[in-house]
Amino acid sequence: MKSTALPPFQCVFDEHAQAVLSFLNGAVGSSEAEDCFQETMLSALRAYPRLADASNLRGWLFTIARRKAIDAYRAKARRPTPVADPDPGNARDPSSEIDDGLWDQVRQLPLKQRKAVILRFGGDRSYPEIAATMSTTQDSARQSVHEGLKKLRRELR
Amino acid sequence: MTVDQGMTDRFLQRAEAKRLVDVAVTTMDSPVGTLLLMATPKGLVRVAFETENRDDVFAEVAAQLSPRILESPRRLDPVRRELDRYFAGKLRDFEVPIDWSLTGKFARRVLRRTAKIPYGDVATYGEVAFEIGTPRGARAVGNALGSNPIPVVVPCHRVVRAGGAIGGYGGGLPRKRWLLALETDAPATTSREGARTG
Repeated sequence: MKSTALPPFQCVFDEHAQAVLSFLNGAVGSSEAEDCFQETMLSALRAYPRLADASNLRGWLFTIARRKAIDAYRAKARRPTPVADPDPGNARDPSSEIDDGLWDQVRQLPLKQRKAVILRFGGDRSYPEIAATMSTTQDSARQSVHEGLKKLRRELR
Repeated sequence: MTVDQGMTDRFLQRAEAKRLVDVAVTTMDSPVGTLLLMATPKGLVRVAFETENRDDVFAEVAAQLSPRILESPRRLDPVRRELDRYFAGKLRDFEVPIDWSLTGKFARRVLRRTAKIPYGDVATYGEVAFEIGTPRGARAVGNALGSNPIPVVVPCHRVVRAGGAIGGYGGGLPRKRWLLALETDAPATTSREGARTG
């Protein structure tokens, strides 16, 4: 078997679905995360047989997820903002409340720090992976995460 | 937020609706051990006993057919129902459609002929070879049967050696004995024991 052979999509799903969902939860918030997740996995499944290189499947999935997150942002920007949350607090469990406060702050970070923090803690990715995804060095990726966390700590105090 | 069963089910449903599942997979328990079942939109394409390594089977099908393989038990419900009835002695002829994509030209001829051997009956390797027009090809027939991607449903267990010897079986001889005993309605307890250890 060639090392570039594509594993069955079921294995790709089992291995990476959670990381993709966590990343999207961080990137677009819990109310839109599942939609983005479903769109990401369907797009991935559709394109999968044509994928030339199976060596970085997680990176490939994250690239698609990032595109879906951007689409979601744009769609949201086009929608009128509701005056008030129709039923605040009702549809959320307490754990996601806590998360949401934090991720809201994450979304306020400057772009580079935001990306790095989301990849590190939302997507549970290693520094080499983050560096590769952001086309930067590991040191710089570490630095962005560090700066981002410092800023978060200041603002959550 | 975690990927739960509901989320996985919704993904599978949408993937099926968009016809993006090229190979559906499931497993079932049977008297001859856990069976791995795979189907394409054309039909049942692969059955594997637990003697075969699951990852190897997945890799083989991904490479030869499509990597768009997903666990989709519902698509295999008809196959599972027929197999359950067969193992209960209540079904003699399988009717689920077969996808022969994993067989070569010669093996396909051998297996199609083998599929015509009636329930409860057996043929020899030589007879099958003769009937597909290669009278000296008994050994090649044996090889083709050994590589049967759809055992049980395509009944390669019904081919035995001339002179009463049982011959070989990809899933191990205890399974072959068990299946033959089931079909001849012989008391199957001893070979059932064998199937468990084999």
